[in-house]
Amino acid sequence: MEFKDYYQVLDVSRDATAEQIKKAFRKLARKYHPDVSKEADAESRMKEVNEAYAVLSDPEKRAAYDQLGRGYRPGQEFHPPPDWNAGFEFSGSGFSSAEAADFSDFFAELFGHMGGGRRSFHRGDGFQARGDDHHARILLDLAASYGGATRNITLRIPRQGPDGRVALTDHSLAVRIPKGVQEGQVIRLTGQGAPGAGGSPPGDLYLEVHFESHPRYRVEGRDVHATLPVAPWEAALGATVKTETPDGSVEVRVPPGSSGGRRLRLRGRGLPGQPPGDLYLVLEIRLPPADSPRARELYEAMARELAFDPRKTAGG
Amino acid sequence: MHDQLAAQLLEDAVLSLEEIATSCRVQVDWVIARVRDELLGELPPAAPGDWMFSGAHLLRLRRIRALERDFDADPELAALVVDLLEEVERLRLRLRHAGLDRD
Repeated sequence: MEFKDYYQVLDVSRDATAEQIKKAFRKLARKYHPDVSKEADAESRMKEVNEAYAVLSDPEKRAAYDQLGRGYRPGQEFHPPPDWNAGFEFSGSGFSSAEAADFSDFFAELFGHMGGGRRSFHRGDGFQARGDDHHARILLDLAASYGGATRNITLRIPRQGPDGRVALTDHSLAVRIPKGVQEGQVIRLTGQGAPGAGGSPPGDLYLEVHFESHPRYRVEGRDVHATLPVAPWEAALGATVKTETPDGSVEVRVPPGSSGGRRLRLRGRGLPGQPPGDLYLVLEIRLPPADSPRARELYEAMARELAFDPRKTAGG
Repeated sequence: MHDQLAAQLLEDAVLSLEEIATSCRVQVDWVIARVRDELLGELPPAAPGDWMFSGAHLLRLRRIRALERDFDADPELAALVVDLLEEVERLRLRLRHAGLDRD
């Protein structure tokens, strides 16, 4: 395990005051805010910053860390002495065990001790015994919402061992995704949060749903939009064409006289629900290439015989 | 460990006041104060014990709480920041739909 220099993470000196630490934290919390930051590694940096602040903003943890970390350099291999925290009682950090699940193994090794039946992570409410709820994001493809698929997810969860120490363990779940789930919605897995203390019920797991971007489909609420490429004669004369939808292939009737950009609505072919969304197909007229004498001949015949001025029909 | 689990979609108002407070790790009174100040939208007519919350309310309250905690922010200011974040999200989604999300 590598030693983490929390002072370096927050960019403060070792003798920084509580006020200076708070100020440094806020500056970085703004810089790496996951909803705003343009930094590529904003999310992982924010976790580091939260972890450093959880330790350095808590006088007890900071004192313990200072004593332990004397002589270590960042990245150096770190081995805590077996009884290192015998003299410390950790009463609270302002971060819950669910948030601490994002912290490093280094943090878990140092502060994951729950001696004497006390919780080392503070809870700000009256629900002392029930386990914390966990919150995470899940990235789904469109098919999962259409069909209600099963997806495997892995989460890091703090678990208390028989020696009272908390270690972060990977927890794999096969989640049945409810049909018709939409971007930004939340799904709940009852009892899949942190374990409760002393036989109390565990917390729940909440997953915020986001869709992977798809080269063909875009989703707005329950409605799904896609383009439907057609040949000029299909648009002009009308045709029944076969196309793929997220729900399987369908035959679509293109009305005669359709122009490019016309929207066809397939009612009820959007995301499932009450009522289901619609699938919108926007016609895109593709021209056959004039790459053979015969093709050129046909274009020339049209040019001669149709007397077509696209600028005029387009209103300009 | 591999479990097969059914997930519940929090589409409509399904969370009680106690549930949403627990999930945000705050006191019930903290939630009541922010609902009364209309930080989650229009004030519901029922008594707090009958209020029900959606998944979107949960995300919004968690963001407000994080901003209040990290920056000692005033609740109204935190709600304003969350309004802006939600608007940015909507606009980013529209950019993505239009294929304009890459610089």
